[in-house]
Amino acid sequence: MLNTLKLPQKDVLLTKTETISGSEVVMKAFIAEGVDTIFGYPGGAIMPIYDALYDYQDRLKHILVRHEQGAIHAAQGYARSSGRVGVVFATSGPGATNLVTGLADAQIDSTPLVCITGQVFAHLLGTDAFQETDVINITTPVTKWNYQITDARELPVVLSKAFHIATTGRPGPVLIDITKNAQLQKIEYEGYTRCDYIRSYRPKPIVREEHVVEAAQLINQAEKPFVIWGQGVILGKAETEFAAFIEKSGIPAAWTILGLSAMPTDHPLNVGMLGMHGNYGPNVLTNECDVLIAIGMRFDDRVTGRLDKYARQCKIIHLDIDPSEIDKNVKATVGVWGDCKETLPLLTQLVSANTHPEWLQKFADYRQEEIKQVIHDEMNPASGEMTMGEVINVLNELTEGDAIIVTDVGQHQMVACRYAKFNTSKSNITSGGLGTMGFALPAAIGAKFGAPQRTVVAIIGDGGFQMTLQELGTIMQSEVNIKIIILNNRFLGMVRQWQQLFHDKRYSFVDITSPDFVMVAKAYGIAGQAVSKREDLKQALKTMLDHEGSYLIEAMVGKENNVFPMVPQGCSVSEVRLK
Amino acid sequence: MLKQEFTITVYTENHIGLLNRIAIIFSRRKINIDSMNTSPSEVEGIHRFTIVIDETEEVVRKLARQIEKQVEVLKAYYNTNEEIIWQEMALYKVPTDEIAEKVKVERLLRKYGARAVVIRKDYTVFETTGQREETDKLVKVLEPYGLIEFVRSARVAIIKSSHGFHEKLKEFEAMDPGARLVENEFLNKQDEVFSM
Repeated sequence: MLNTLKLPQKDVLLTKTETISGSEVVMKAFIAEGVDTIFGYPGGAIMPIYDALYDYQDRLKHILVRHEQGAIHAAQGYARSSGRVGVVFATSGPGATNLVTGLADAQIDSTPLVCITGQVFAHLLGTDAFQETDVINITTPVTKWNYQITDARELPVVLSKAFHIATTGRPGPVLIDITKNAQLQKIEYEGYTRCDYIRSYRPKPIVREEHVVEAAQLINQAEKPFVIWGQGVILGKAETEFAAFIEKSGIPAAWTILGLSAMPTDHPLNVGMLGMHGNYGPNVLTNECDVLIAIGMRFDDRVTGRLDKYARQCKIIHLDIDPSEIDKNVKATVGVWGDCKETLPLLTQLVSANTHPEWLQKFADYRQEEIKQVIHDEMNPASGEMTMGEVINVLNELTEGDAIIVTDVGQHQMVACRYAKFNTSKSNITSGGLGTMGFALPAAIGAKFGAPQRTVVAIIGDGGFQMTLQELGTIMQSEVNIKIIILNNRFLGMVRQWQQLFHDKRYSFVDITSPDFVMVAKAYGIAGQAVSKREDLKQALKTMLDHEGSYLIEAMVGKENNVFPMVPQGCSVSEVRLK
Repeated sequence: MLKQEFTITVYTENHIGLLNRIAIIFSRRKINIDSMNTSPSEVEGIHRFTIVIDETEEVVRKLARQIEKQVEVLKAYYNTNEEIIWQEMALYKVPTDEIAEKVKVERLLRKYGARAVVIRKDYTVFETTGQREETDKLVKVLEPYGLIEFVRSARVAIIKSSHGFHEKLKEFEAMDPGARLVENEFLNKQDEVFSM
C-alpha cells in the first residue's frame, strides 16, 4: 500500500518532523484542507480522534448530532449550500452502519463528503469484536472511494487522496475507516501535502474540441432546440458560463430537481421543471424539439418516463464530466465529455446568437394551460383547505426568493420544487436520486452552517419529519437558526396519491398520526405555531422569518390533495396528465 | 442485439478491496461472471483482471465504463472471442490402475494433448490447456474410467490488436497529458459500437 500510493518524495535533511498520533494527523489534515465544521457522534472506537479534537475545538467546530444519519445528512446540506466538502465522524459498528443511507444519498446525488469512521483495533479485525462491522465492504457500493487504515503512517497520504477524490471530477462520498491502534499510534509527521494527482484517476478530462464543434453545428441548424440541465452546472460552478450559453443561443432551458436554482426562476429562458411532476411544456416539448442539449444531468427515469418513447425525434447532445453517463440511458448523437465550466464557453463561442420566438411561444402556451388547470388553484386557492402550493407562494412573497429551501421527500418536495422561487445558485437542497425521507431536517442544519448568512427554510412532510425529528436536539444544542415548515396533510401523501390513482383508493398504511409538532418543538426550546386558516398564514410565516433563532410552523393542508401534472410511471413524457 | 461471450480486460492498481468493487458492478445488475482471473500484467505494479461474461455488446460497454469509473482502475477493454487469444487450464484426477490396465485411456489422453503432472500408485493427475470445448470434451471421455476430480482455471486472454500497456501507462503517468492522449476512445467509434 505504501508503495502504490507513492509517498511524496521529500528531502529528509530539510524536513522537520514531529512525533504525533494518528488522531492528530487527522486534525492537521482537516485544517490543511480548509475544513471548519465536522458533524459527528463519538463512540468507543473513535475516542482517540475525539480526544485529539478536544485540543482543536478553536479551529474545528464540531456539531454533535443525535444520530449518525443526522450527521451525514447535515454534512450533505453543508456541502450543497457551501460548495465545499462535508465532513463526518462516526464510531465503528452501528455508528458506521447508520451512515449508509447518507452515503447512498450522497453517492447518487454526487455530494462531496469525507467520512471518518473509527474501527476496532487491527488485531481484532475479523474476530466479531464488540462494535466491529465490515464497514469497508458494507460501504463499497455507496462510496466513490473507501479505504481502511491500520497503520497511522498511511494517514497523511490517504487523507489527502480522500479529499482529492471526494471533491474532483464527479464529486462523491469517501469513507476512511481507521482502526483504533492507528489512531493511537505515534508517527514521525512530516507535514501535509495536498494530493492533486492519482495515476489511475482522471477527474478532469481533456476536452475533445471536435465534439464541441459537432455539437455547435447541430445547435446552429436547430429550429427547436431545447436545453435540459442538471446539478452538473452547480457542481461545476458554471452558472455564469451556463447563463452566457443560454442567453447567446436563446434556447429555452428546463431543469431537473437537482439542477434547480442554477438559473434564477424568473429568467425568461427558464421554462421550468422536467420529469414526473415537472411542468407541462418541458415534458411535452421534449418529444417535439429537434435538438436536445443535456448539460450535467443523467437522464434519470423520473425525468425521462418511458425511455423508448423519450426524445426519439431529435438529435441529442450530452455534456457530462462522467463518461459512463454518456449513452447510459439515452444514446447521444454527440457526447461531449468534460467539465461544463470548460465545455460551455467553447460551445458559447461557436453557437450563433439567436432567439426562438415561435418556439418559446409554445412553452408559454403550455404554461398558460398549466396555470389555468393546475397552478392557479394550487397557489392562490380562494376557498377550501390550505394547499401546499399557497404556503410556498406566501413564503416566496416574504423571502423574495432569497432563502435556501431544503426539502424532504414526497408531495411537499415536488410542490416546493415546482413553486419555490430562487434567485441564486446552491439554494435548493433536496434528496433527489435516493429520495431519502428524513433528509431535510438534518440537511437544513448543515446548510445553515455552510451558508450562515442566509435564511434556511426546511420544508418537510409530517411523515418525513418523524424520521429524523431527534435532530431538534442538535438545533437546540448548537443554537442554529433554521426555519421549519411542516406541511401536514395527515397522510403519507405521495404514496396515498399513487394508491388513489393506481390502486383503486385502497389506502394501505398511509394514514399516519402525528404528535403535536409545536409541543415537540417547544420541548426542545424551539418556538413555533400551528396554522390551519388561510388568513393566518402570512402573519405566521412572517413571525417565523422575523424570529431570532429557529422556529417551527405546522401548516395544516388539504388531506387528499394531489400533485399535478404527473407523468404516470411507464408512460411517455408526452402523456403528462394535468389531473 | 444478441448475447455473446465477451472478455473484459481491466488494468488496475494493486489494491485491497478492488476485486469487490469490480465484482459488485456485475452482481448489482444480476449478471453472472463466467470466469474471472487476476494476475500481474506486463507492467510491474499493474494488475490485470480478465473477466468473461455472456451479454450483449451494449451491456458490456456500459459495464466497462462503470469499471473504468472506479478510482483505481486505469483502463477497461472488452473484446469478442474473435479478437483475443485465450486459454484455460484443466486438471483431471484418474485412478492409476484404470489407466495402466486400459491402453485406450493412454491413447485418449495423448489425443487430447494431456500431460501427466503427478503419477502415484492410487491416482494420476493430468493437465490440459485449451479452450472450453476441448477441456470439457476430455471430462466426458474420462468419465467412464472413474474420473475422481476435475477442475478448470479461469480464462486468460491476450488481445490480438493490443500493443501492451507500457505506452498507455506512460500517458497516464504524465501529470499534464498532452493532446495525443485519447481518453474517450469510445466516442470515436460510436457508430460501429452502438445501436439502440
